[in-house]
Parts: sequence; structure tokens; C-alpha cells
Amino acid sequence: MADYTLKIRRFNPESGDAAYWQDFGIDLPPERSVLDGILQAKDREDASIGIRCSCRAAICGSCGVRINGKSRLACNTRIGEAAAEAAASNGGAVVVEPMGNMPVLKDLIVDMDAVHWKKVQRVVPWLLPEGPPPDREYLVPAEAMIDVTQSMACIHCGVCVSACLSLEVDPDFIGPAALAKAYRFVGDPRDGATEERLADLAEDPHGIYDCTHCFACIEVCPKDVAPMSQIMRLRRRATDDFEIKDRNNGYGHEQAFTTLIEKYGTLHEAQLLPRSFGDGSLLKSQISPHGLKNLIPAAPTAIRGLVSGKVSPRKALTHPKLPDQNQVRRIFKQIESKDERLELNLYIVGEAGEGEPEEQVGKEGVE
Amino acid sequence: MKVAYWPGCVSRGFTPELHGSMAAVAPKLDIELVELDRANCCGAGVIAEHNQELVDTLNARTFAMAQSVEGAAGMMNICSTCQGAQSECQERLDADGDYREQINATLAPEQLSYEREGEWWNKNLLWLLVEEIGLDNLRERVVRPLEGLRIAPFYGCYIVRPTRRLGFADHPERHSYLDMLIEALGAESVDYAGARKCCGFPVITMARTTSLRQAGRHLADAIDAGADCLVTPCPLCHLNLDMQQPDAEKFVERDDLGIPVLHLPQMVGLALGLEPKELGMNKHVVSTKDVQRKLSAAAAA
Repeated sequence: MADYTLKIRRFNPESGDAAYWQDFGIDLPPERSVLDGILQAKDREDASIGIRCSCRAAICGSCGVRINGKSRLACNTRIGEAAAEAAASNGGAVVVEPMGNMPVLKDLIVDMDAVHWKKVQRVVPWLLPEGPPPDREYLVPAEAMIDVTQSMACIHCGVCVSACLSLEVDPDFIGPAALAKAYRFVGDPRDGATEERLADLAEDPHGIYDCTHCFACIEVCPKDVAPMSQIMRLRRRATDDFEIKDRNNGYGHEQAFTTLIEKYGTLHEAQLLPRSFGDGSLLKSQISPHGLKNLIPAAPTAIRGLVSGKVSPRKALTHPKLPDQNQVRRIFKQIESKDERLELNLYIVGEAGEGEPEEQVGKEGVE
Repeated sequence: MKVAYWPGCVSRGFTPELHGSMAAVAPKLDIELVELDRANCCGAGVIAEHNQELVDTLNARTFAMAQSVEGAAGMMNICSTCQGAQSECQERLDADGDYREQINATLAPEQLSYEREGEWWNKNLLWLLVEEIGLDNLRERVVRPLEGLRIAPFYGCYIVRPTRRLGFADHPERHSYLDMLIEALGAESVDYAGARKCCGFPVITMARTTSLRQAGRHLADAIDAGADCLVTPCPLCHLNLDMQQPDAEKFVERDDLGIPVLHLPQMVGLALGLEPKELGMNKHVVSTKDVQRKLSAAAAA
């Protein structure tokens, strides 16, 4: 009897048949990979199984698939562990499907060009240096590049694209991989188009403010690129360094939220929405055409809140300050008056780090 | 059990029935809540997006207040988003002693300090119910089994990802606690696609279509899987799934949405014998009457 069963989703568009599931028995020790299993099935049973792969060592990024519903590299997943997961949910067979959010070309092969690479091209993934070129190479101090090393670790496997929950409902979303790549150039001190890049990504309705902050990309990335964290960095640079007042209310939302916490300590929800539509200002939301255009569709929600008894008119209009709100204000003032934002990136410093602060704390400079 | 209790902002704002139902359920579970009424907003990911040191300091302030509650077993929250946002800060504070010292220096004027203690924890009610109270203990307290109810769990992103930060290595079943809890209370847990997906709330002001397509799709999936209601440990998910449900319907081209969304303590409270009104179940946008009717019918039969 075989050690494991792989349940592979098969699809050949040229056949005219619908996709179907096929089981393959696999004889391998548990520490071998799911990719080894797929290749054994291909070798012993059916040479027509479509799978893209090359290095078998989580370097080339070719073999992204979904295993038991989770997007990951087949070469980077032990078959024994995948079988243990499957045993808990569906009785043992390791389910292998093509990645999500991209069209299937054949079996486990998806069209990366149609989605992933098109989106990467969208963010202008090359350096746009400023001024005349230097006589020799563009020099940059090594420490100035530390901040972008995490986004540079991307191997373009598409696993985050497959898992992205915004892409699932909005195929036009630029997506986690491409936006992480965008940060790689926004964070590069040699790039001369930082503000233009940020304005472009902030104004695009499918740009940085279309990310729902669901952590799916962070969870699946085999290289710890944390694409969502890079998207949050893009937002931070766009709002705080360049004050880009975008039409998607990204700037307004961040300003409104932080202003309300600084003022009250806890969230005054009734003001969050209108302030978000007015670049952070309550008044502006009610007199500017943009604010009104956004406020009107939101009105039924507010009415439902009042009718259901969730929100009293008093709660809509007033909000208590914390008893020690002066402490919160002092913290805001003290930290926001610093010349540099302090950012501890555990990808760079390591998680067990208890050492020299200067080397361990990745600092992000303010423009 | 005594806990330092962080209710969060939304449970005292737009979902007052959550705060109220927690207060009603606590005595039934022998939980003594010491409310952190001076603590601040967790930042909900937005302050982290704005300034990381700021959000770490604000949450260190909350942790320090929780640690000074005498006799508390730990800190409890009732919001997946608070759990995730606070765990993110705690991870950084715990990882680096020098960084922690720097953050604590900002808190020093008020004699507050967050100490890294191996045993200290901050747990959502969901985690606390399974890990500290225990499902066997809970089963013994059930006086009104939720028999006949088909409940679709909706976890909220922040309490299930990233698994490494959220301690899933030590507690792999955190992936399924809500399903386990539903079953322990006598109801049937509904298997559907949306359980661990995003409700869309974080982008409701910035990408309304994305947001309401997400909410609408998960609600529709739960209905198609035969659920009577959803249950969530996250009030932000509740806002998008309940309060926005009439709008979400339009974004997924359905006209048959209208599924109630319960807060976690409401579901527990029903099983422990509390009346729907005591649990604020009359304060939902989508009526919870069908759930109440189904429960009464099961009790009568």
C-alpha cells in the first residue's frame, strides 16, 4: 500500500472536458516534499500531469500550488506534514490544486503572465534615478538599503497573489507581490520618483488602499517578504511623508483615526467616517463635493444604526474622553515630534535579538 | 477567574450589545472582569500604519495597566482585531529588550512599565474559553443546548493570521476553536468557504466595492451552506456583516441575504440560559428573531 495519497486537480483546456480530481498513491518517506510526490506520480503513473518546477529548493519560485487549500510551494512542503493536516480535515488525501486568482493553463500550471507579471509591470519595477547619470555606478551606503531587503527577498512565486482576499473580489487590485515590489523602489534612496510612485499607487482605486489588511499574504509567503507590511509602509510614506490627499480617502482615514485617538483615547466611531471623507476634517467632509459624494451612500448605514438601537443620537454626537487622556496626548506629542520614525523590523533584527540597539533597530528615515 | 478586561472601542461604541452581553455572561462563567477603563484604543492596524513606535507605546500602556491588576490571571479582550493588533505590538516588545526599554521610558512619567513575563497573556474570549475555562467545564454549565441551530463561524483575520505571531505552534487548534465551541454548546458548526476570510471592514471607507463584495460573498456562502446565523468574536466583522448587510446584498447581486450575525458572548449566553434581550439581541440590524424562534421550538420539543 502506498504511503500517501495525492488528490490532484486535473484540467486540460484542449480536451474540452471539465476539471476533475484524480488520486495517486505515493511511496515516499514523510520528510520528502509534495513536489517529490507529484513528480513520482508523473514518473510512475501519468506523464501528462502539468506542473512547473525547477530548483526543488524554494529558490526559483516555480512550483506554487494550493495544498489542502493553502497556497504554498510544493517543494517547500513536507508530504508527511501535509498528510497529517489532511487527516484532520478530509480523511487523509493530500489535496493539490493550482493557485488561485489566476487562470489555469493546465492541471497545476497557472497563467502567471496574465496576472502576476502584468501587475508587477504596472508598478514600474525598475529604478528611476534623478539627475544626470554619475560617471561610474550609483553609489549608496549599505545601511540605506537595509529597509528594502525584505521586499527584495521576493522570488515571484505568486503564492501571495493566489492567497490574496482582495484579489478574490477585485481582480483589478494591484496585489501583494507587485505592491511589495513597488516598495522596493519607493524605499530605494537612489530613486528619484518616490512621490510620483506613491501618488500613483494612492490615487489608483485598486492600489494601496484596496488592501483589506487580512494577513493572507504574510501567512503564506515562503520568503517572509510580508507584502502587507510593505503596503502599510507605502501608506505611511504616502500619508505622513508626502501628505498625498488621495481620492480613495486613504489619507483621510488615517488622519481621522489618529486624530480621534489623540483627542479622545478611544475611537469616536460616529466621526470616523465623515472625517475620513474630508481628509481628516469633519467640516470639510460636509462642505466639499468629494466629502458629500461619499457621505450620501453611507447615510443609510447611519440610519440603520440609529433605528436598531445600536447608536443613540447622543452617542453619535458626543464621545467621552479617557480619564487620563492627557497621558495619551503626551505620548502622541512626544513620539510624533521625533525627527525619525523608529521602526523595529523583526525580519531584519531577528526575533530572539536582545543586543546592541544601534545595529538591531532598523530605522526608517523621514523625508 | 479574575482577568484584566479590555473591551475595546467598538464594543462600547457601535456594538453596545457586545459589551453588555459580555458583562451578562461573565458571572455565569465565574469570570471576574476588572475593566481597563483608562486604557486606549489598540490602533486597529491604522495607528500601526501611521507610526509603529506610537502604536507600540500605546499598547504597552494598556499591557502595563493590565499587569498591575492584582490577582489577575491575565488580560482578556473581546475583539479579534484588538487581539491581532495587540499581539503584533507584544511580539516586537518581547523580541527586543532595548526596544522595550525605550518604549517603557516614554511611559515612565506615569510609573507605567510593560514587563516581559513568560506567563503573562492577552487572550480573546474565544481563546480563554477553550484554554483557560475548558470546553468540558463549559459543557457542564450549558442549560439550554443550542440544538437544531446551524451556526457558521466567522473568525476575523486578526485572530487567525499570521499563525506564527498568534501562537499557533503551541496551540494548533486555535485554527478551529470557534467550530469546537459551537459544537460544545450543542449547535452544529457549518462548513463554508468564508469562515477565515476577510469581512472587508478595514476598507469600507476606501474601497467600498471590495469591502461589501467580501461581506456579501461570505454571507451568501453561509446561507447557501444552510446556516441559521453566523457568530463572530470580532465586532468590526460584525459591523460589516450585520450593519452593512442590506448594502452588501447589492454588491453580490443577491436579494435573499438577511442572516443574523451573533457576537461570541451572545451565543455563549444563550446556551448558559440568558434571555435574548439580556444579551442585546434586539439591537441588531438583521433581526435575530428566527434564531430565537428556532431555539424555543427546540426547547419545546
